[in-house]
Amino acid sequence: MSKHHVTATINGEPAEFLCETENTLLDALRDQLRLTGTKEGCGSGDCGACSVIVDGRLVCSCLMLAVEAEGKTIQTIEGIADGEKLHPVQQKFLEHAALQCGFCTPGFLVAAKALLDRNPDPTETEVRYWLAGNLCRCTGYDKIIRAVLDTAAEMRANA
Amino acid sequence: MSALSYAAPSTVQDAIGLLSGAKGIAKVMSGGTDLLVQMKMGRLKADLIVDTKKLPGIFGITESAGVFTIGAATSGAQLGEHEGLKAAWPGVVEAANLIGSTQVQGRASLAGNLCNASPAADSVPAMIAAGAVAVIVGPNGQREAPVETIVVGPGRTSLAKDEFILQFRLPARPARSSDAYLRFIPRTEMDIAVVGCGVSVTLDAQGVCTAARVALGAVAPTQVLVTAAANALIGHTLDTATLAAVDAAARAACNPITDKRGTIDFRIKIAGVLARRAAKIAYDRAGARA
Repeated sequence: MSKHHVTATINGEPAEFLCETENTLLDALRDQLRLTGTKEGCGSGDCGACSVIVDGRLVCSCLMLAVEAEGKTIQTIEGIADGEKLHPVQQKFLEHAALQCGFCTPGFLVAAKALLDRNPDPTETEVRYWLAGNLCRCTGYDKIIRAVLDTAAEMRANA
Repeated sequence: MSALSYAAPSTVQDAIGLLSGAKGIAKVMSGGTDLLVQMKMGRLKADLIVDTKKLPGIFGITESAGVFTIGAATSGAQLGEHEGLKAAWPGVVEAANLIGSTQVQGRASLAGNLCNASPAADSVPAMIAAGAVAVIVGPNGQREAPVETIVVGPGRTSLAKDEFILQFRLPARPARSSDAYLRFIPRTEMDIAVVGCGVSVTLDAQGVCTAARVALGAVAPTQVLVTAAANALIGHTLDTATLAAVDAAARAACNPITDKRGTIDFRIKIAGVLARRAAKIAYDRAGARA
C-alpha cells in the first residue's frame, strides 16, 4: 500500500503531504507539516486540544483521517493571528489570564474563533455549551468564558 | 508499510463493489467519530475503510410533500441548522445534537450513530419514535427498513457486509404532530445516556392523542420500541392516569444492565420518568402546531 498524497489549503497557503491511511489529520499537521500548535490531548475526541476548522466546521483533528483532508480548506491555531497582530481572542486570553499551563489553549482559541465567526453576540450559556468539548485542567474555565465574552463585546464595538 | 487501505468512491456501485470484494474487515465510514476511536483503541482492526462522503445523496436534507430525506452522512451540525427539519422533527434534531461536543457535531452522522450500534446511541430512540426508515443500498439494489430493525445487538447490525445506509426518510406529518427526546446523564453535557427516550405523537383538535410511538435507549441490548406505552397514549389526553400508564409500560419494557452509569433499578425507574416527561414535551409541541 503506497502512501496517500494529499493537497489542501492550510491557513490560506497550498500545502501537500504524504500519509498512511491510519494517520489522522492531527498526525499530518504535527509530524508532516510541523504545525505543532495543534495539540494532542486525549486522541479520542474528548478534550478538544486538537481543534481545527475544516471547510468552516470546527472539528477534532484527531477524529479525521489525514487522507480526508484532500481538497479541504483548513485553519489551525497558526492561522488565527494576522501576521504579528494577535486575533482579538488571543489578546483577550492574555488580558484575562485565561490560561495557566497553556496546553489546551490552542484548541480553546480555535473553538472560540469558530463560535465568534458565526455568532458575534453569544450568551454566556452559549459560550459554555459551545466550549463543552474543550477541557482545561488549570483554569476552572471561568476566565476563559469571560475572555471569550469580552472578545465578542470588543469585536462588536469595533465592527 | 500500512496494511490499511482507504477508498472514497464517487458512485454507490463502486462503494458496494469495494465492500463486496474486500478481503478481511471492511468498514464503512461517514463522520468517523466512533470508527477512528475504535481503531485507535485497538478494538477494531480494519483492512479497508470505505469513506461514503463523496457519494451523491449522502449529504443534505430535502423535503418533498412533507417527507424529509436526510443524507446518511449529514452532520449533527447541519441537522441543527435546518429550520424546516427542526420545526417538523424537533425531537430527532435535539437527539442528534446531544451526541458529543461541538467538534464531534461537525462530523458525527445519523448513519454512524445507528450503525455503531451502541445501546445508548442518542439519535436512535428518536429516529425509531419518528418512524424513520433507512434507505439501504447493496448488491441487489435498494431496500428500505425501519430504523428499529437495524441494530440487533451491541455493535451488531442487520446490514450485510456489502450494504450500507444511503439516506433516512422521515414520514410526512399530519397537523398537530410533534416529537421529543430526553436523556438522563449525571451532568448537562458530554456524556453517554444512562437512559434515553424518544416520543412522537399526533393529536386531534380536542388534544386527544391519535397516533404515538415511544422508544427507549440504554435499557436493553438494543433500542426498544415500546408499543404498550404508545397504546397507553392513543385515545387519551395527557391526564394523570395516562401518564402513569405510560410510565408503567416504559418500565415494563426495560431489560437493562448495571454498570458504572447506573443500576438496573435506577435505569428502570428513569425510563418511566423520561417517557412521561418526553410525552409531555411532544404533546405540548404538537398542540402548539395546531
